[in-house]
Amino acid sequence: MLTRRELLLAGTGAWLSRGAGALERPAAEGGAQPILGTLPGKRPLIQRAFRPPNFETPLADLAAPFTPNDAFFVRYHLPVIPWVDAASWRLEVSGASARQSLSLSLEELKNRFERVSLAAVNQCSGNRRGLFSPRVPGVQWSNGAMGNARWTGVRLRDVLHKAGVAGGALEAVFAGADSAVLPQTPNFVKSLPLERALDESTLIAFEMNGQPLPHWNGAPARLVVPGWTGTYWIKHLTTVRIEPKAFDGFWMKSAYRLPTGAFPGVRFVSQETPETTPITEILVNSLIVSPVAGAHLRRGAHAEVVGKAWDGGAGIAVVEVSFDGRQNWREATLGRDLGRFAWREFRVPIDTARAGPVEIAVRARSRNGAQQPDKLTFNPSGYHDNIVQTLSVEVA
Amino acid sequence: MRRDTRALAGVGLGLLIAVSCAVAVAAENTELKDAPGRDLTVGRCVVCHSAEYIPSNAPAMNRAAWQKTIQKMRERFGAPITDAEAQQILDYLDANYSGKS
Repeated sequence: MLTRRELLLAGTGAWLSRGAGALERPAAEGGAQPILGTLPGKRPLIQRAFRPPNFETPLADLAAPFTPNDAFFVRYHLPVIPWVDAASWRLEVSGASARQSLSLSLEELKNRFERVSLAAVNQCSGNRRGLFSPRVPGVQWSNGAMGNARWTGVRLRDVLHKAGVAGGALEAVFAGADSAVLPQTPNFVKSLPLERALDESTLIAFEMNGQPLPHWNGAPARLVVPGWTGTYWIKHLTTVRIEPKAFDGFWMKSAYRLPTGAFPGVRFVSQETPETTPITEILVNSLIVSPVAGAHLRRGAHAEVVGKAWDGGAGIAVVEVSFDGRQNWREATLGRDLGRFAWREFRVPIDTARAGPVEIAVRARSRNGAQQPDKLTFNPSGYHDNIVQTLSVEVA
Repeated sequence: MRRDTRALAGVGLGLLIAVSCAVAVAAENTELKDAPGRDLTVGRCVVCHSAEYIPSNAPAMNRAAWQKTIQKMRERFGAPITDAEAQQILDYLDANYSGKS
């Protein structure tokens, strides 16, 4: 059982060192302990911001194969968040490239289309932004702007085909019920390339881990885009438009963008410029859940490194752990495969025969050959931090 | 009409939050540093977001970054801030929340 202090420290990612040979430094909260806050229906989470609400899952709550709904992170851009009445909610499907418009109630959505469940990591694009060096503005997330859940819903593809996709359709455009205070503030509207919208894994989900979606995670229905970062997973989904042109709203043209060509991952060609391109797929990554940094392990006692590895949908091939400053690597045992979009648990024993400090490093490799890098690729918005992390523990 | 309602709802929400600050569930609990420009900064910024975004971003900010942020809030998000107010807010944020050299 972790003490409150250990829980707080674990949640901050304190002492995680950045890059090979980097100095260890406390992260994300500028040295102060993070504040835990409790939203209605949630357990205490790390309060990064109250309004709009941005709450991070503490490290200890990332241990389970499926992140509990009441521990799942919360991320909003705009502060007006209605409690949507599921009985009167409707999904409107239309657009210049839709053959007909649809207006679906939740019951119609559930009953008129085939039901699908899949496990997938939902990870915020800016997860670990607070660990960036040099620091960049934005919500100063540590490691917990992510979670793994079983999502149940219907295929977006089936709904789009019901409306009819006309030739020349280029993007699907999505909006939710949350909105801004000021009329001039752009609503949070996102688009996907048509082929990604039509991918069989893209869902309109109404259940999370077998329960109705929690309010703070997008009730009554949200978009689920397995393998792509959370920015596309529109919550409280209300409208879907099929369009022949690239959507030019603020949240596509100006936000959630990376330097063009700087990172691997599928391209979003209709939104790309020579300078910048939208973030798309989650990069291969891993996280040590236990031991926590700074832990004291009893000499001679059984101990192991346990954590998660995930990527954008190729699946995890190998996880390796080093105990000697990245000189030698040992292959970890992988846990049950929950699906290619889910995270994969890994574990490897720690040799506690000798007293002294142990530096633990973990690196994951994807089935497509991608491996976690040692060095951060800086980008001004603080996305895609998937560098190999290290932490130190003490055997005594 | 809808926009007016929305704006009013936002103001109402802001007041509600201000009143409920003492409740220790999940609440805004950041008091900004008492210095010239604080009241104006709080008055303009918390229309749309809680004040804690300011100290939490401080380690990533310097004068140029604050200037860029204020400009973004005005031009992209429509924050009702005049040029003169923007200057006072910039001076306050830079003097008190610039943690990056």
